[in-house]
Amino acid sequence: MTSLNEEVFPEQASDIPVRTVTITVNGEKRSANVEPRLLLAHLLRQGFKMTGTHTGCDTTNCGACTVLFDGKPIKSCTMLAVQADGHDVMTIEGLASASELHPIQEGFKDEHGLQCGFCTPGMMLTAKALLDVNPNPTEDEIRWALSGNLCRCTGYQNIVKSVLWAAVKLRGQAAN
Amino acid sequence: MSLDEIKIGGMGASRRRVEDNRFIRGKGNYIDDIVLPGMLHMEILRSPFAHARIKSIDTSKAWGIPGVRLVMTGEMMASRNLAWMPTLSYDTQAVLATDKVRFQGQEVACVIADDAYIAKDGCEAIVVEYEPLPVIVNPLQAMAPGAPLIRDDKENQHDNVVFDWEVGDKSGTERAFAQADVVSKLDLHYPRSHPSPMETCGSIADFDRATSKLTVYMTSQAPHIIRAAVAMVAELPEHMIRIVSPDLGGGFGNKVPVYPGYVASILASILLERPVKWIEDKTGNLISTGFARDVYLRGEMALRKDGKILGIRMHTDSDHGAFFSDAQPSKFKIGLMHSAFACYDIPVAHLTARGVYTNKAPGGVAYRCSFRVTEAMFFQERMVQAAADDLDMDQAEFRRINFVGDDDFPHRTAFGFLTDSGQYGKCLDVGLEAIGYKDFLKQKEEAKKRGRLLGIGISTMTEPLGAGNSREYDILGIKMFDSAELRVHMTGKAILRTGAKSQGQGHETTWAQIVAHELGIPADDITVEEGDTDTAPFGMGTYASRSTPVAGAAIAMVSRKIRAKARKLAAHLLEVSEEDVEWELGRFYVRSSPDRGVTIQECAMAAYTNMPDGMEPGLENNAYYDPPNLTWPFACYIATVEVDPQTGVWDVLNVVAVDDCGVRINPMIVEGQIMGGLTEAYAMASMQFITFDEEGNCIGSNYMDYLLPTAWETPGFELHEVVTPCPHHPIGAKGIGECATVGGPAAFVNAVMDALKGTGVRNIDMPLLSDRVYEALTKRRDVSGMPPMRTDDV
Repeated sequence: MTSLNEEVFPEQASDIPVRTVTITVNGEKRSANVEPRLLLAHLLRQGFKMTGTHTGCDTTNCGACTVLFDGKPIKSCTMLAVQADGHDVMTIEGLASASELHPIQEGFKDEHGLQCGFCTPGMMLTAKALLDVNPNPTEDEIRWALSGNLCRCTGYQNIVKSVLWAAVKLRGQAAN
Repeated sequence: MSLDEIKIGGMGASRRRVEDNRFIRGKGNYIDDIVLPGMLHMEILRSPFAHARIKSIDTSKAWGIPGVRLVMTGEMMASRNLAWMPTLSYDTQAVLATDKVRFQGQEVACVIADDAYIAKDGCEAIVVEYEPLPVIVNPLQAMAPGAPLIRDDKENQHDNVVFDWEVGDKSGTERAFAQADVVSKLDLHYPRSHPSPMETCGSIADFDRATSKLTVYMTSQAPHIIRAAVAMVAELPEHMIRIVSPDLGGGFGNKVPVYPGYVASILASILLERPVKWIEDKTGNLISTGFARDVYLRGEMALRKDGKILGIRMHTDSDHGAFFSDAQPSKFKIGLMHSAFACYDIPVAHLTARGVYTNKAPGGVAYRCSFRVTEAMFFQERMVQAAADDLDMDQAEFRRINFVGDDDFPHRTAFGFLTDSGQYGKCLDVGLEAIGYKDFLKQKEEAKKRGRLLGIGISTMTEPLGAGNSREYDILGIKMFDSAELRVHMTGKAILRTGAKSQGQGHETTWAQIVAHELGIPADDITVEEGDTDTAPFGMGTYASRSTPVAGAAIAMVSRKIRAKARKLAAHLLEVSEEDVEWELGRFYVRSSPDRGVTIQECAMAAYTNMPDGMEPGLENNAYYDPPNLTWPFACYIATVEVDPQTGVWDVLNVVAVDDCGVRINPMIVEGQIMGGLTEAYAMASMQFITFDEEGNCIGSNYMDYLLPTAWETPGFELHEVVTPCPHHPIGAKGIGECATVGGPAAFVNAVMDALKGTGVRNIDMPLLSDRVYEALTKRRDVSGMPPMRTDDV
């Protein structure tokens, strides 16, 4: 992670290898010099200062770190930053437009689909990946799609309702 | 004309949450999101052994890694008198191990470096030489003659017993048992579990040499208790300590205690004069921080043939791990175990309780639970079902016979608690109706003829929420009350601060609703702040469902103080005497001339621009609320299941929850709390536990071994309500956050046991893994969950 703290620690050990990666994050090309072992989640959080991607379990189980990687949900806590070189990444910061919320965000607020909010960004991005390919999912399809994302607060029922809420609104938008 | 309370976001409004505006954008401010200039990173090296003597620690290679700034060991902490710290239960706990390690995962050394990767490299470079010692993983081993002494660091500790305690009427209970027609017995283990919020614990200590001020950002549900603890442990003056608890990614009790990582990061910051961040990894969280439960029960119930309970006798053995650090009121050694059976009219009861040390992580936090009331209610409802079965009575009818009647409140329980209110029979009826009780019993009989096993489980319970009253509840001698401070600005907008600390409960939303209810100021005009000890009034924090019962009451009381002053301002503005002024929501008016009135906002303006002669300017106040009693919500949870006799796998068919938490401030949020609680209840009944092998290795150190239910496994829930306002709470509310977690597990387990009725199986310990159910079914015997884990448990 040598590049991340340059302003703080100008002196760096010379024998640490560094690779340059270029990633399109939320539509914007970003480059960084990283240690090969740096995890993508840490590059996003500490390097690019996008702290909406949370690290929960460090082992690909909880899904708090979920981002969309070329449109597909992946757990960024167990992907190396160098593996993302040349790819497209979407984080929670990219979900809303400048002026308005994404229907998934509106749905989570309206249906009380979150409590502590820690799992929420990953949950919403997984929901987006589902709705991108299946705009009219059943409750079972939503539950299955979200089964890689853990939530300790809500009991999931309101999360499912939130995604259904968003699906209705998105279908309405598509029809217009 | 009075305001429409729902429109201004007052009591009863399902107001959408204020805090969501940042969370849905990924703009929450959790501990790991905070970055301070020049910040260093700390990682902890933990013991791989459950019990071992430390022969040597060689840190030289770690010091040699570029970017490593400091390596701390127990020896170094000891030289500053910081190797041990006091726990919340008057015991001591090692910060960094000196002599021995006493559980797997115990903190042995810390490395502070330029970034977390280098700090982890540093930990890996430390060489520790251990001499393994015999390991204890359950109370039987701990109390066996010749058992190794775990706490040989303590003077006058000659065995592994932490406490031996009793409460109730022993001789009266013996007399009741002598008169019994039937004595029903049940032995159980409530397994060790972990609250496991999605976010782990962490801290950023920032000691500023120039001002001598220590600021600690940390994951704490009770920042003021932490400030007091730091003042005592680190011997720093309390006004030079500022604890800031930012957005918390869940707590559930896990973030109440003081953990070694916090203390180590504080010392590191003082030594290095730089901010030091420690973010625990998930394994560290699961194997070292506050566990929950791990209690063994032997229960007996004296019964009359007609179903009346004559008396209860219980003994508990609780496994506290290596250090007794339960977060619990000091008066009650095994939490509120003796709140069991509070909803039943039982003349007499006696409880003996023994706590023991073992080579397991310390902590004993009340995981979504008021001080072990979860174990109490689980044992209660399992025993109630076993008794009904022994008497061959309908389990709903057996409960109804023994409930405290609606007109019998306040009711003194056999253990001396005073329950405040309830309509227990009504709650049960609503639940039975919703689940279709009679139809289900018929379906069950029909299914049985075709070899299918259906079961229905009921759990009815009341529990004491909202510690304290200060007469009986304290932590480390600090009385349990809570506080609120309300400042109304000139234009009628306001800021409210409390001593509570939300971890997802939505205080920023609901607290404003209480003010709106009391003052008629729209909830959207009120900012709510918590968690910064430099600005928030002193309070005991948020756990044990105490925020609404205590801080919520303080908010109502401070609002009423504000209203009392506003009334004087209104009288001044209306040029009448105060006695002639009447109040309706948001407005004072002249009694004889209701059209003449002033709004609360006009009063606020007058407090700064046009106060009467002699009146102190401004419109702000505070309130400290010491509740006269706990609040006693009641609930009825019913689950139906089908057990596959070929595999032992069981599926939930339906779940009905009927909760009576008094007046609901925000029904949407209350229902969210109930559904979350039901999910944790289902988790404990079906999959979630932390166990150990015979060497003390923790089985459950990550989410591949410690199973939490996903959206796929979690059943749907059907919620109902009954409203019995709390008679002594200013807005009639009761606690709710933990109810479903407390009462829910017994509904699921009772349902599976009901499906197995007639097989001779009396009990299967949680979690009801399919292999345990299969073993019970095929071998027709009870299945114990006591560790060490047997190989066939896998």
